[in-house]
Amino acid sequence: MAEPTHAIRLHVNGVAYDLDVPARRLLSDALRHDLELTGTHVGCEHGVCGACTVLLDGEPVRACLTLAVSVDGEEITTVEGLESADGELGPVQQAFKDCHGLQCGFCTPGFLTTITAGLRDNPDPTRDEAREMIAGNLCRCTGYQNIVAAVLRAAELKADTGGSEIAKHAGVSRDMPTASVADGDRGGTP
Amino acid sequence: MKPAPFEYVRPRTADEAVAALSEAADAKLLAGGQSLIPLLSMRLAAPSTLIDLNRVEELAYVRVDDGGVRIGALARHAQVERDDAAAARQPLLRQALGLVAHPTIRNRGTVVGSIAHADPAAELPAVLAVLDGTVTTRSASGTREIAAGDFFVGPLECVVRRDELVTEIRVPALGPTSGTAIREVSRRHGDYALVGVAAVVDADDDGGLRSVRAGYFSVADTPVVLDLTDAVDPGPSWDRAAEQAMAALDPIGDIHASADYRRHLIGVLTRRALAAAHSDGRRSDG
Amino acid sequence: MTTKMFGDPIPRVEDERLLRGHGQYLDDLGHDALEVAMVRSPHAHARILDIDVDAALDVDGLVAIYTWDDLDGPLAEPLPLLIPHPTLTHPRMPYALAKDEVNHVGEAVAMVVATDRYVAEDAASRISVTYDPLPPVVGIEAARAATDLVHADVPGNVAARMRQSNGDADAAIEAAPHRLRLDFEIERSASTPLEGRGVLARWDTESARLRIWSSTQTTTGVRAAIAARLELDLGQVDVIAPDVGGGFGVKIVHPWPEEVLVAMAARTLGRAVKFTEDRREHFVSAAHERGQLHHVEVGFDDEGRILGLSVRFWHDNGAFIPYGLIVPIVTSTQLLGPYKPGAYTVEFESLYTNTVLVTPYRGAGRVHAAFVMERTIDAIAAELGVDRTAVRENNFIQPDEMPYDHGLLFQDGKPLRYDSGDFPASLEKLKKLVGWEEFATFRDQARAEGRRVGIGLACYVEGTGVGPYEGGHVHVETSGKVKVATGLTSQGQGHKTVFAQIVADELGVPIDDVEVVTGDTRRFPYAVGTFASRAAVMSGSAIALAARRARAKALRIAADALEASEDDLEIVDGVVRVRGAPDTQIALGTVAVLSNPLRYAFDEASKAATQFAVGDPSKPPVAEGDEPGLEGRDYYSPNQSTFANGMHAAVVETDPDTAEIRILRYCVVHDCGPMINPRIVEGQIHGGVGQGVGGALYERMAYDEYGQLLNASFMDFLMPYVTEMPEQIEIDHLETPSPLNPLGIKGLGEAGIIPSSAVFASAIEDAEGIPIRSMPISPSELFELRRQHGTDGD
Repeated sequence: MAEPTHAIRLHVNGVAYDLDVPARRLLSDALRHDLELTGTHVGCEHGVCGACTVLLDGEPVRACLTLAVSVDGEEITTVEGLESADGELGPVQQAFKDCHGLQCGFCTPGFLTTITAGLRDNPDPTRDEAREMIAGNLCRCTGYQNIVAAVLRAAELKADTGGSEIAKHAGVSRDMPTASVADGDRGGTP
Repeated sequence: MKPAPFEYVRPRTADEAVAALSEAADAKLLAGGQSLIPLLSMRLAAPSTLIDLNRVEELAYVRVDDGGVRIGALARHAQVERDDAAAARQPLLRQALGLVAHPTIRNRGTVVGSIAHADPAAELPAVLAVLDGTVTTRSASGTREIAAGDFFVGPLECVVRRDELVTEIRVPALGPTSGTAIREVSRRHGDYALVGVAAVVDADDDGGLRSVRAGYFSVADTPVVLDLTDAVDPGPSWDRAAEQAMAALDPIGDIHASADYRRHLIGVLTRRALAAAHSDGRRSDG
Repeated sequence: MTTKMFGDPIPRVEDERLLRGHGQYLDDLGHDALEVAMVRSPHAHARILDIDVDAALDVDGLVAIYTWDDLDGPLAEPLPLLIPHPTLTHPRMPYALAKDEVNHVGEAVAMVVATDRYVAEDAASRISVTYDPLPPVVGIEAARAATDLVHADVPGNVAARMRQSNGDADAAIEAAPHRLRLDFEIERSASTPLEGRGVLARWDTESARLRIWSSTQTTTGVRAAIAARLELDLGQVDVIAPDVGGGFGVKIVHPWPEEVLVAMAARTLGRAVKFTEDRREHFVSAAHERGQLHHVEVGFDDEGRILGLSVRFWHDNGAFIPYGLIVPIVTSTQLLGPYKPGAYTVEFESLYTNTVLVTPYRGAGRVHAAFVMERTIDAIAAELGVDRTAVRENNFIQPDEMPYDHGLLFQDGKPLRYDSGDFPASLEKLKKLVGWEEFATFRDQARAEGRRVGIGLACYVEGTGVGPYEGGHVHVETSGKVKVATGLTSQGQGHKTVFAQIVADELGVPIDDVEVVTGDTRRFPYAVGTFASRAAVMSGSAIALAARRARAKALRIAADALEASEDDLEIVDGVVRVRGAPDTQIALGTVAVLSNPLRYAFDEASKAATQFAVGDPSKPPVAEGDEPGLEGRDYYSPNQSTFANGMHAAVVETDPDTAEIRILRYCVVHDCGPMINPRIVEGQIHGGVGQGVGGALYERMAYDEYGQLLNASFMDFLMPYVTEMPEQIEIDHLETPSPLNPLGIKGLGEAGIIPSSAVFASAIEDAEGIPIRSMPISPSELFELRRQHGTDGD
């Protein structure tokens, strides 16, 4: 006898998806396997590593600690939704590239969503605030130095574009000016 | 690590939730899920029914009045932490919430959930205890109010019955001459405390201390509140209070810290928390 | 004019797709695959009496259940001993599924295949295994005491005993003016990459071919192992490493039971089958790198020069030993660091315990080695009352003594012979960077304020670029695009970027035209793997050599086409042209067309080539000994490793009340020769330092006496967040090139972690005045040490 499923609708990166999932289906698995949006990664399934962090109505949550059925009808932003309106890398993504903020890339989506929301709430963080912003995400490769630099760099890039909303689908306004990326010697010291 | 199957019920009101609870033989309530879902995923808990409270909007409140702060079952840690009126009425809430895990966890986890989960290593149960707060439950047979002192009975164990829904917790307002502080030592930023102390100090105008209370977490099977009023010497000096706390409490050792180290921290943190609560009270100046 | 790519800190080519969430890690693949859950032993040591699967059989979505009884032929045999050694007299390996006995919590007992992981776990939870528990052996003391045995036929729990020596250390110690006896304990940790292990297998019935994706550090190793187990021809098996979310050593182990079993199931069931482990499984069924106990006797003179050094140690290798003695052999040899003791003896016993496998983790035994040596040097300095840097200076191998042969054999069986390095210069840089001479003043000021601060330093030498070989293939296509392949793998090191930088320089092509593939046996089938800081040296060199072959061929053909002399030609931006007469030119893509005498013209490139005439019409179109196509293939196979080195310094502050330890500064001076991409080099150092902080101050494997791993989750296994890291990692470089490879480079992947436990111990000891002989150290442990030494002020 097959497990009963529930019909739910998830709005992910601005697209509405209708799914039939068992009640126990974790949001992380629904995104990855039911919607094949594999950018959200699973590192621990007990909420500690942060690799699965997505934005739920704009706020970072652990997708591995959320049931898909529990967020029926809500807005979810994943790493796949952080690009700029013109398809270029969003400021946080670009900052990671500029600053060598990723190595294996497995933890990175969780940082990108977390920082996207963090900079929306605090567009001009100090170095200490930048560290605090990422204090709940584990990375095994980078030692975090370049990730902190990427937070500050992303703030710079955002400021360059007039401080407008930095992701298409971060749960807020859709304005997206073309990012004018600063030249190479602008920053991102490791 | 995937949960075992369960029936799923999603009530829209508190009454519906209570009804579902009384009908289900072996149900668990899901609010924030930050503690429950790992247990489900590790199959350490396998309820036959999960009652999801996340649609019960009527319980997502933070209500501040002269008497104190009332927090509904669905109010997220982050929501309470951001609430300026609540922070003004009872500052220990915001002070403690800043130490609870990480902001991402606080976006989803609930204050009531943390208290009902009754983890002796958590901050909020100790806060409720030291403030002498109350817990309100509702079941098919009615509501009851439980004093914090009666609420916690063991590790992850409280007196809430199988058919009861905790609908809110209430903490009293900070007195005009009181100050609060919370201090903890943890291994990593955001981890559970090795030892923690939440303190409320009430001073009178002459600098005498009317009341000195300390709520300890990670020291026993439940939070422990000590009245240290008579253990404070002029100065004020907190040394005797620290020694009294160290003598009164019997922490255990585990892989993160020895019992002796925890006892030592009880002394250190008692001094630090009481001193800070005392300064806090004097700064706010009534 | 093309800018030189070597040395350029360009952004990585890997990043764009990863940042967009378009990475393809193992679990992102195979959406159609059946999924696996394993039944694992809950006991550290037990006999299996019965496996009852009845209750699992009616789980909807179950496809198959396997136990050892279902395995045939080579599948039923123990997994291979990858690295035998003559002293490894009692090697014991696990079976792919436990046969009769389990030897650690987490050992695989049964495999469930189902429609998805949820269902597979449902079925697995209903399988009932009856065990007869046996006494578990946990920890080095218990293993040495051997009151109980892990393997009944391994006396004393001793897998191996090994001794190496250079000179008569005992005599030298006996005769020395000063002597010390020291005991050290070091518990290491585990790689714990953010992505666990995973394997996906597809069996194509029509072509009788097996295709495997595995989150592995060695696709060629997995291929060979699985082909052998499944009795397939090597040519029937392809193995591909997809994007891999970190390895750090643990993913070099192969074949995992799951790799073999998933491949078997895919063939048997005719369906794609996938296994992705969860975090708890990684803790109890992957591998750790763990404890050693050391006893050191050292004799030295008034200047602290080591006249004789004798080290005996006991190494915990866990329940089985598939990776052989690499870790303790590395410890034995790398312990010497940058020093030249008058005489040296090292002896170890590798012991079984009923715990998870012990295999290399970043550093691979060097962390233990650096800890022992550097603490010994510090102890010598303390004994003599002299500066810790002075004692090191007195013991250094001098630059003019290179190459320096220690008279021992390294982990590759080759002589331990250092080829390069300037240790005095590195130390000079480090002292300047951290402000060594000025620190005493700072310490005194801090003490006056009631603060406890301390400074520590530690040096190491790292044998990198270990053989036997790697290969490279460079292929210029008719479009002008350059496709590069090497067989080893990538787990975030930026190989695709640095190898492209090498090719761009060697061939003279724009870097955007170069595309690199690693870890795919279809593209390059001869390789060893990524470990031991070898990829840049091995594959970098091989790719450089391959590119040079392609370049030589291109110039030969171009010279013919342009009717010029090869010596007058240069390649700039992908165009071959006459130096000084750049209009006389031919694009590399066109050269590629000309290199392949075809009957048919397929595209614009082939049509464009017809303006050139090459070859001698009186000779065969493909000359004898030549091949069609503009390709180069070559291998790099060195005679020995090339030795990188580094020195770290740390300033810590300890809380007088809580004994918490805070890192105020962390400085690294590092020599890996010339750097291909300095930004990637620094990233590797940062990451290594991060793991070093974890291993020194936070991480351990907490086994209880029953062999239960008490902290098998990220909640209790304390990997550092950013908040546990120093604010900054200050790095200075020295570049002494290696004489051993075409690029003059040395490896650096493990550099950041090797001296970390040593440097923190040194700094904490300096702050506290208490000898620190055991790592890791937590505030609770520091508090206990303070009490023992009467310095807790309570």
